[in-house]
Amino acid sequence: MATTDQEVNELIKREYEHGFVTEIEVDTFEPGLNEDVIARLSAIKKEPEFMLEWRLKAYRRWLEMQEPDWAHLGYEKIDYDSISYYSAPKRKEDMPQSLDDVDPELLRTYEKLGIPLHEREKLAGVAVDAVFDSVSVATTFKEPLAKAGVIFCSISEAVRDYPELVQKYLGSVVPHTDNFFAGLNAAVFSDGTFVYVPKGVRCPMELSTYFRINAANTGQFERTLIIADEGSYVSYLEGCTAPMRDENQLHAAVVELVALDDAQIKYSTVQNWYPGDENGKGGIFNFVTKRAACIGKNSKVSWTQVETGSAITWKYPSCILRGENSVGEFYSVALTHNYQQADTGTKMIHLGKNTSSTIISKGISAGKSSNVYRGLVKFGPRAEGARNFTQCDSLLIGDRCGAHTFPYIESLNKSAIVEHEATTSKVSDEQMFLCRQRGINPEQAVSMIVNGFCKEVFKELPMEFAVEAGKLLEVSLEGSVG
Amino acid sequence: MLSIKNLHASVEGKEILKGINLEIKAGEVHAIMGPNGSGKSTLSQVLAGNDAFEVTSGDVTLNGENLLAKVTEERAREGVFLAFQYPVEIPGVSNLQFMRTAVNAMRHHKGEPEMNAAEFMKLAREVSKQVDLDPAFLKRGVNEGFSGGEKKRNEIMQALLLQPKLAILDETDSGLDIDALKVVSDGVNALRAEDRAILMVTHYQRLLDYIVPDYVHVLADGKIVKSGGRELALELEERGYGWLGIKDEATADSSALSNSAN
Repeated sequence: MATTDQEVNELIKREYEHGFVTEIEVDTFEPGLNEDVIARLSAIKKEPEFMLEWRLKAYRRWLEMQEPDWAHLGYEKIDYDSISYYSAPKRKEDMPQSLDDVDPELLRTYEKLGIPLHEREKLAGVAVDAVFDSVSVATTFKEPLAKAGVIFCSISEAVRDYPELVQKYLGSVVPHTDNFFAGLNAAVFSDGTFVYVPKGVRCPMELSTYFRINAANTGQFERTLIIADEGSYVSYLEGCTAPMRDENQLHAAVVELVALDDAQIKYSTVQNWYPGDENGKGGIFNFVTKRAACIGKNSKVSWTQVETGSAITWKYPSCILRGENSVGEFYSVALTHNYQQADTGTKMIHLGKNTSSTIISKGISAGKSSNVYRGLVKFGPRAEGARNFTQCDSLLIGDRCGAHTFPYIESLNKSAIVEHEATTSKVSDEQMFLCRQRGINPEQAVSMIVNGFCKEVFKELPMEFAVEAGKLLEVSLEGSVG
Repeated sequence: MLSIKNLHASVEGKEILKGINLEIKAGEVHAIMGPNGSGKSTLSQVLAGNDAFEVTSGDVTLNGENLLAKVTEERAREGVFLAFQYPVEIPGVSNLQFMRTAVNAMRHHKGEPEMNAAEFMKLAREVSKQVDLDPAFLKRGVNEGFSGGEKKRNEIMQALLLQPKLAILDETDSGLDIDALKVVSDGVNALRAEDRAILMVTHYQRLLDYIVPDYVHVLADGKIVKSGGRELALELEERGYGWLGIKDEATADSSALSNSAN
């Protein structure tokens, strides 16, 4: 029992709600990339010498690297010389000393997005770092966090204020040689978030970064580094949106997590970059490298992602399980609609004894989209008693979309145990008929069925964001039945 | 209440219903019997608005309103309920959430306030007792891992919650053992009301021992070939369909089907 095409078309027309453009004065670099651009960027950020050298080294290596083409994605080649590598809101002074110095238009932007940065109306219990184009504009709740010893600031500040920590850990999980996009990011990353949770500290609140791309023809290259020292715990969430523009915009981020002995990091993402219009025009190219190193024994890193945006998503949040008994988890919902393409999954690299990992991936394809799960589970020779459980489910809505699963398993240790389950299903005509026969309208029915399909992942999200994620799916999906 | 005039319907170009005429008044219970392939289930699906079937001609009105002009969910909100022969599973969606969404869709249509989770839970627990369904089923996914009998009880539970004007029961007895049949029948009998019409589709007369119909119609090759009272069902039980000039070669298959669905 299919909904009529007309109904579907009407519903698909629903607009991306974060698609507005903020009119503010900005400083933007001329498009193009060379060593001078990098030097200028580093100078604007008043970076120490080591940082510039680090960037240039990465840049020189990047020039020799090839853009990867193994993913199940089709897009026109990116012209890296047509992109501007820095865009920042113009400020009244060099650096804002408080929120009063931040352009009110910018604060209004975040309010529109439901992220109040103003002291009076801050998100209850969640500390927020807001990154607008290339710079961090505000970080809330700095003081109570500082009292607990937690450092939560923009990466630019961290480079200046905590150079030892940055030098020790930056690039330690994702080296600039790792891949083409990580190399580019290392050369030109403009801002991002830095978190350090000291020994034995349980971070007193959720930490969150909100990324916004605003300027046209600008790439966003943010860099996030989170270090959880021995016995500490932190839960971190990132959210992303961008205006609707006809051109594709590049977002190439790197996220590095380091968990020492007995430390735990929970990293959640709600990614809602502009996905392009219903004809596949515009949208963000999201090429992201996210990786965690569970260095310490009994450490644990949990990735939860809800990916509904971007024209292209290329993203594999991974865990290197080096410490004995360390645990890696990956919970993912990736939804594609219209002409969106996603090639996403995870890598679980088991190096230490008795390490374990869990992968739960839910891919939902609608419209003419393509949704790929790509995952690697690897056991090193010393990974005695290691184990992995993988469950990969795909849900198809309509008959013009595609779902593919590419699981790779490599084991160099005979005692390793791997379990892999995979299913592909459709939102069936019978399910739709049952719901509608009970008086439920088709959009609500699809949303209910898809939410049910994603339940295992949503329950891993922090409370406030689980609700947001459910709503996001509803908006992204409405009327996608055909 | 329900008026069907010269209804023709086809699926994938093949005509299944070839001119059905039927009048059902409020408060009445009608049984439609007939061999497999006679069009019984098609009639249920067409009345509920399944787009897989195409109505080629004829009229159907519910309380004077043109039912065929409305889409499935509008018909449901106007009071048409179909208890499915093979209720489908919806994994991960709790039965409770599903039923509350349905009840609230109806309430919204009538301009009544929606029920919150706590209010609905209380109501659902009461109604689940009526069909002897453990309240633990409310938390499970819709029909997920339910036995045939549990699915049928779950369907009747939804009828009791939604309080339709016209309840269509499609082979509600198939796949039930005698105890379950009794529970389901009690549920259906609880639905009987002055302002409600019930249309039962069944292959066997045994259901009619428990839910006594006011009228019995025999459907064959897309047409009602004979109508009568309760006694017609008993006569069919005794003599089969042959004396009406109907071939019933499908009977053996259908009993196998109903056993396997148990």
